[in-house]
Amino acid sequence: MSIIVKDLVKAYGTQKAVDHISFEVQPGEILGFLGPNGAGKSTTMKIATGYIPSTSGTVLVDGFDVTEQSLEVRKIVGYLPEHNPLYLDMYVHEYLRFIGKVHKIPSVKLKPRIKEIIQMAGLEVEQNKQIGSLSKGYRQRVGLAQALLHDPKVLILDEPTTGLDPNQIVEIRNLIKQISQEKTVVFSTHIMQEVQAICDRAIIINRGSIVADQSVESLKAGAADRITLLVEWAGEIDESMLQSLEGVDQLENLHTGKWKISGSKTSDLRKKLVNLSAAQNWDLMGLTVEEHSLENVFRELTATKD
Amino acid sequence: MLAVFQKEISLFLNSLIAYIVIGVFLTGIGLLTWIFPNTNVLDYGYASLDTLFDLGPYVLMFLIPAITMRTLAEERKTGTIELLLTRPLTDWDIVFGKFLASWALVIFSILPTLIYYVSVYQLGNPTGNIDTPGIIGSYIGLILLGGLFAAIGMFASSLTDNQIVSFILAVFFCFIFFDGFEAIANIDVWGTLSLLISQIGIVYHYKTLSKGLLDLRDLVYFFSVMAFFLATTFTIIRSRKW
Repeated sequence: MSIIVKDLVKAYGTQKAVDHISFEVQPGEILGFLGPNGAGKSTTMKIATGYIPSTSGTVLVDGFDVTEQSLEVRKIVGYLPEHNPLYLDMYVHEYLRFIGKVHKIPSVKLKPRIKEIIQMAGLEVEQNKQIGSLSKGYRQRVGLAQALLHDPKVLILDEPTTGLDPNQIVEIRNLIKQISQEKTVVFSTHIMQEVQAICDRAIIINRGSIVADQSVESLKAGAADRITLLVEWAGEIDESMLQSLEGVDQLENLHTGKWKISGSKTSDLRKKLVNLSAAQNWDLMGLTVEEHSLENVFRELTATKD
Repeated sequence: MLAVFQKEISLFLNSLIAYIVIGVFLTGIGLLTWIFPNTNVLDYGYASLDTLFDLGPYVLMFLIPAITMRTLAEERKTGTIELLLTRPLTDWDIVFGKFLASWALVIFSILPTLIYYVSVYQLGNPTGNIDTPGIIGSYIGLILLGGLFAAIGMFASSLTDNQIVSFILAVFFCFIFFDGFEAIANIDVWGTLSLLISQIGIVYHYKTLSKGLLDLRDLVYFFSVMAFFLATTFTIIRSRKW
């Protein structure tokens, strides 16, 4: 059930979309695959599902090589491609039946299975409609339903929540969480909250290379030893005084009297700032802590350095 | 393969393509066979269906590319090809399933013209004075021709993700294969090669079949050209792996 990616390279001409990526996903794990647009997320997923070949390197899904035993891999993988392509002329039931037949599910089992999956994906209300007449959120559910229909051991979801409204996002996340218990799930996204909400582990890739591969907990912990404060004073203050404070390593003047100050968490910056204001007789108007979240980690790791 | 075949058929039915193709084919060929003054059987005065079998290929030459133009081009454009290719289906399943579905639709639109045969059979003087073996051969020829056009159409559809380009290419290839080789063979420069060139074209084999002569060589011709175009289509789909 595991996925093993080893030294994977995909080159288009001289440009490397995926550059020597290696990672493993264990059974029962939910892996968040993160990166800015064009980082190589979709390419990696397309290779893992056998849609396009790699330039070099191997991908093993449940022990099957995706190029050598492509058909075996495709039997056990449920895949939701990016942009969720669907046959808009088909009806929901008809489409799911087609997918079921492709996977050679016997028709005795197929009927109850379709019923079950429609319920699971929350499609009951829309189940008798043509796919083309469904809203984006429901189409996404159809996409998920087709990926789950044959009860795959491995789920590969390429941006399953793009274009959904907040309620739908939560529902889809819950669905993924619910089904992931005995499956291996890899899903890509560029929304950090999503990773925080459902993943065990996150891989961040940028320009085809892995820049972080760790548990979500440790990613968050990495972010936790710094603090950023937004401080507002009435009127001008002296920058050199701020700089001389111990523990401050970044200063930014947003506009008159308003500063963005970041530094290490342990140095108790807030207290020092209040004391300094009192000593200098500056009128402190506001002080807020900016959350150092995964977003910042993501931004730091994937900021383009040219 | 069966799943792909069924899916294609239901897409034809859902998107009205099937009804339009059958309707247009039957209306067009019906007008030519019974109404239009220069071609209709009634004025002609002989109990034959030559109009159907002479002009049928030209109607099919436009209709079949219209059926096949979307088969692969649309899948590519909408990205659904990725769905198909990441399923436990071989590339053959996809190409062959789609081809058979298109061919089945063509056969479905040809079959109702059997009524013409019955009508002309009744109109003959004496009743039944009609070249039945010739007509059986012609039907076989027309159906095989439909299959060949469908294979050419699939090939054209695999070349591009634009349906209009695919349609135009398919019509052109169908025309070249149907009439083109015959016409080229008639240019007076080939000498003894002329026969060989006309044998590459469809007309040569179609004509023999419509005489009621079921020659194995003609059947082999039709099936091997079909196989050639399907294999090319298959190779083009495969080429994503290169």
